[in-house]
Amino acid sequence: MTRVAAYSIAARGVSASRANPKRTRVQLFLPIADIPVNIFLILAMGAAVGFVSGMFGIGGGFLMTPLLIFIGISPGVAVASVSSHIAASSFSGALSYWRRRAIDPALAAVLLGGGIVGTVFGVWLFTLLRKVGQLDLMIALSYVVLLSGVGGLMFWEGARAIVRARRGEIPPTRRARAQGWILGLPIKMRFKRSKIYLSIIPIAGVGLIIGFLGAIMGIGGGFLLVPIMIYVLRIPTATVIGTSMVLTLVTMMVATVLHASTNHLVDAVLALVLMVGGVIGAQFGARAGQKIRSEHLRLLLGLLILSVGIRFAIQLVVSPDELYSIREVGSGI
Amino acid sequence: MTRFMRSAFVVVALITATTCIAHAEKLIVSVSNHRVTVTPNYSGEELVLFGSVERDAKSLPDHTDYDIVVTVSGPRADMVTRRKERKLGIWVNTDSREFIQVPAYLGIFSNRPIDAIAPTDVQRRQQLGLDNILLPQKIGHDVANIVASDPFRFAFTRLRSENGLYREQSGAVTFLTPTLFRTGIPLPAEVPIGAYNVDIKLLASGVLVAKTETAFEIVKVGFEQFIANSARQHGLLYGLATALMALMTGWLASVVFRRD
Repeated sequence: MTRVAAYSIAARGVSASRANPKRTRVQLFLPIADIPVNIFLILAMGAAVGFVSGMFGIGGGFLMTPLLIFIGISPGVAVASVSSHIAASSFSGALSYWRRRAIDPALAAVLLGGGIVGTVFGVWLFTLLRKVGQLDLMIALSYVVLLSGVGGLMFWEGARAIVRARRGEIPPTRRARAQGWILGLPIKMRFKRSKIYLSIIPIAGVGLIIGFLGAIMGIGGGFLLVPIMIYVLRIPTATVIGTSMVLTLVTMMVATVLHASTNHLVDAVLALVLMVGGVIGAQFGARAGQKIRSEHLRLLLGLLILSVGIRFAIQLVVSPDELYSIREVGSGI
Repeated sequence: MTRFMRSAFVVVALITATTCIAHAEKLIVSVSNHRVTVTPNYSGEELVLFGSVERDAKSLPDHTDYDIVVTVSGPRADMVTRRKERKLGIWVNTDSREFIQVPAYLGIFSNRPIDAIAPTDVQRRQQLGLDNILLPQKIGHDVANIVASDPFRFAFTRLRSENGLYREQSGAVTFLTPTLFRTGIPLPAEVPIGAYNVDIKLLASGVLVAKTETAFEIVKVGFEQFIANSARQHGLLYGLATALMALMTGWLASVVFRRD
């Protein structure tokens, strides 16, 4: 039996609450994270991230996990708990897409084939990194690389679209079919609802990468998967978001169960509060999102992703207040 | 190494035995609560330890000033301390030390500074004070105690102290009469659950006169503890339940906020 208690030292939120010894009723004790938190703070964070995710049609894991880390929850617990939070929000999304017949079951099945393998591999690596004490670093590094890259691209692309619109230029029409080398791959399959004929290799490969990253970083991967499916695999937009939600849902469910059974890091109380805040925020976000033009939306999302990446980069480079950290390991040797 | 430890223990035992025989003081102590229950809105508590020095004909003269050192140690566990270093521009955990079976909580309470109570050799022998407690580290295949100035040990006790889990309070023990004393044992909100051992040592003019032990237990009750236990003991079931909860919440949301 492993006692999981990590004393995160850069825990500003925790030390702030400790400074006030008289704990009020709004304090909620997180059983796995092992710290007391303000229930309204967590609810508000859930709602804020939910708002953003509803607005952009993404899961919001890439925002939620860092926020939890910044308030002092250990990265491991944050990643593991957010996976169940994303499962909830993607399930409610997937249900409404299913009713509108905007999910391609065959495409989802192929993505999942790769996604589940990727998730299992991701959780395995997560456990290994935790053992050697490099998990927090790897989470931070992955965030820096992935978010700065994707955020930068999105920002650039959105800004260009806006400039083009200002000048009155017509955006170049996109090629309707997948890139050449992808078309040349074997084992092709016909996806009826998406109306495409494509090799299953790149699809399963994308699923694998998303599942792997999701398990390590505590993200659903929607913000990566949707652009890849649209721009690289050239899948028609109609089924992309719904189908990507199915992948997110299943990989995050698998990640939750695996994280819980191997690392014992899933905090159900934290996840529940996040879910409740998240689903409420998402409703308002979706309405707000409809009022904003799509290139502005992309620019904003790019900026948001980029800033989270930069925040992690600063944390890695700036000299930390505390060089030492303590972690309790198994009671047996 | 075990031989060294054993011989050290024998020496300590001999010394305590001889010093105890020489005097006839007896310590009688009691804690205010032998079973502390930590509920979800537990925000830290203070246990009170009362004690009395019983004297008889062979005791030290009446005007003797007694000193008390109370050492409270919590459940033991292995802990790793890691140090960050700058590598290629970023801060990375590089070096680490493993502390073997060290107390998760350690409180040392005395009536005046340890240095004023006893000379350094007695401090070390009796493990008086945070700097003299045994905190064995794993060194290669061996386990040994390291001097207090070791950077890892220093960082370890400092971090535990910042969390309120290790503390040394000189002046916490107050004598109500020359032979009756009390001390508070603060238990912070993050206090680890398990069995706690309280070790009380009576000293006079730097010499150990008597010692005794008592114990208490900290148990967590309530919903949070139920969750923590099931997460640790039935990980798979707990994970499935959490995943199911996620599905339920998602489904509820899609029903409540249905727009089509």
